[in-house]
Amino acid sequence: MSVADAFMLVIAVLGGSAALLVVTSRNVVHAALYLVIALLAVAGTFLLLGAEFLAWAQVLVYVGAVVVLILFGLMLTRAPIGPMAQSNELGKALPVGVSGALFLVLVVLILRSFGNTTFTPRVVTAANLGELLYVDWAFPFMVLGFLLTVSLIGAVVIARQDEGEGPEPGLDFDTEQLPEVPSETDATPSPHVQHTAEVPAGREGGGA
Amino acid sequence: MLIAYPLVFAALLFCVGIYGVLSRRNAVVVLMSVELMLASVTVNLVTFNQLVAERSDVLLTGQVFALFVLAVGAAEVGVALAIILLLYRNRASVNIDDADLMKY
Repeated sequence: MSVADAFMLVIAVLGGSAALLVVTSRNVVHAALYLVIALLAVAGTFLLLGAEFLAWAQVLVYVGAVVVLILFGLMLTRAPIGPMAQSNELGKALPVGVSGALFLVLVVLILRSFGNTTFTPRVVTAANLGELLYVDWAFPFMVLGFLLTVSLIGAVVIARQDEGEGPEPGLDFDTEQLPEVPSETDATPSPHVQHTAEVPAGREGGGA
Repeated sequence: MLIAYPLVFAALLFCVGIYGVLSRRNAVVVLMSVELMLASVTVNLVTFNQLVAERSDVLLTGQVFALFVLAVGAAEVGVALAIILLLYRNRASVNIDDADLMKY
């Protein structure tokens, strides 16, 4: 067993157990933090496979941005952060059965097809990948940037609170839990008046 | 390096993700499980790319695809969290069983 094999085993055990904790942990914030470990294990796998740019992109995009976004989502939805009861129509047997059977089938197939196949990973630097990306894949890369822009704008449009939008009237709500909607009619106009009165005076002083 | 290690690791991540999608009811946890499945797919892409590149010195298309999957996954998280936020605002719940307006 080579050094790379040993590292790969350690990373696989770490990442696999962290992934299991993501889906079994009752505390949602803990699940998000275990997701960090699982994604870091994936980045470590990329490093061992010689894909160094992908490894750092994984760390930057997933560990840096996506998990923070998920934590913000947890905060904004005020999700039951503590242990939550999982009402479940499917029961326990079906998910375990489906995923376990699929895992068994996949492992048997992998070991039968690639059980003894070895390879020496070739280190792919950012320069290699960048040359390919900006020459051969330039147009798809631009489309990808466009997609990111569109999804950003789309997310803002979806999450915006429209006028008169709110909980459906039929639902019984705990109004304490709802995010507060700042209503413009309640705001007292006096700070605005003061502010607008001060601004011209300040400008005159600055100009003189 | 034995190629079975990263492949089995990817299979494990994928199956754990499927278990999470099927068993958990919190929409954010379901989203995290989908992220696990996407990560396992990128591991597979990079592994087979390295295998093929060693055998026949072809281009690094697999890694470019993995990068694309990474970017699309990030875009997906943004839109999905916006949808979850909207669901929470209208239903006061992030339980995906409550999002049944179009069920029948």
